[in-house]
Amino acid sequence: MEFNNLSSAQKDVLREIGNIGAGNAATSLSMLLNKRIEMKVPSVSIVNYDELMELIGGPEETIVGLMFRIRGEAPGTVYLLLKVEEAEYLVRKLTGDPEFSLLNNEQNNEMAISALHEIGNIVTGSYLTALSDFTNINMQPSIPYLGIDMAGAILTVGLVELSQVTDFAIIIDTEINRNNESNEGIKGNFFLLPDPDSLTKIFTALGINYDE
Amino acid sequence: MNETSMVVKVGIADLNIVKAPDTIRTSGLGSCVGVVIYDSSKKIAGLSHVLLPDSKAAKQVKVNEHKYADTAISCLIRLLLENGARKYALKAKIAGGAQMFQFTSGSDIMRIGQRNAEAVKQKLHELQVPIIATDIGGNVGRTIEFDPVTCTLSIRKINKETFLI
Repeated sequence: MEFNNLSSAQKDVLREIGNIGAGNAATSLSMLLNKRIEMKVPSVSIVNYDELMELIGGPEETIVGLMFRIRGEAPGTVYLLLKVEEAEYLVRKLTGDPEFSLLNNEQNNEMAISALHEIGNIVTGSYLTALSDFTNINMQPSIPYLGIDMAGAILTVGLVELSQVTDFAIIIDTEINRNNESNEGIKGNFFLLPDPDSLTKIFTALGINYDE
Repeated sequence: MNETSMVVKVGIADLNIVKAPDTIRTSGLGSCVGVVIYDSSKKIAGLSHVLLPDSKAAKQVKVNEHKYADTAISCLIRLLLENGARKYALKAKIAGGAQMFQFTSGSDIMRIGQRNAEAVKQKLHELQVPIIATDIGGNVGRTIEFDPVTCTLSIRKINKETFLI
């Protein structure tokens, strides 16, 4: 199956999925931080691998990536991607350590990693619950996998399943934003990459014919 | 290196070649393997960014030859020979093949870095290209750049000094 020719109705459905999922996720993040969180209208893009890396600043950009495999009827991969500063902000906020730095502070890393895992669990959990309710397809997140490294290295992990079938990835990208009033806050991206066969299942569940 | 030299960039599942004074580079290798093959006296080098080990496992109608270790390395060598490299003089340096996440389930797909590295080594052995240096494995991303004049491969990892192999 190649992804190159999705109809506009199909793209609308995927965008709606991104919307519902990230809406829920933003709400739980907002509760966690006790701050207002905004999100952008999701975009659905069909991109080749290099274009995927460019979406978050190029393959060499250092990012904090929390990856979850989705298990169940429609398997796939979901990423919560944060810039290093954003992840540091979250850890500082949750651990109460204002000095915390992710890349230099060796001794505190265990605590930080555990805090980031927990954020990932909560936020991605609500993302997938919303998706699961909307499509009526059972989706379970795996445990979180955390990587602080080059975007290329982190994102290719999610491409392995896909890449045996196609040279393109379908990305449902939702950006969450902090409230503009203050400099501190959180900005991140959700990337949802359905496995190739899952797309058909999602469309069928929502009454959209894949071949239309 | 004179001021007219260029850096040729190679994307994921792609390959290319350069002649001195240009250098060739690929960014953000994780489980992928960067394979450099060069002829030092002709000052020509090729770089392949291998994503998967085996084209025979592909479920695609039209296989992208640059994506798999077994097909990409043959393509790269062919391209080098067409551009003046000599088969007997070819040498290789390889980097990458990391396992970015420690998965609990040991399925094949999750050991992809190790499998990529093994497939690359096997193919180079089969084609009798000696491997001069490697920086393989671990759990870190790498950006690599090869200079066909000095025949050194520079490797950058986050939070580490760039080093040469």
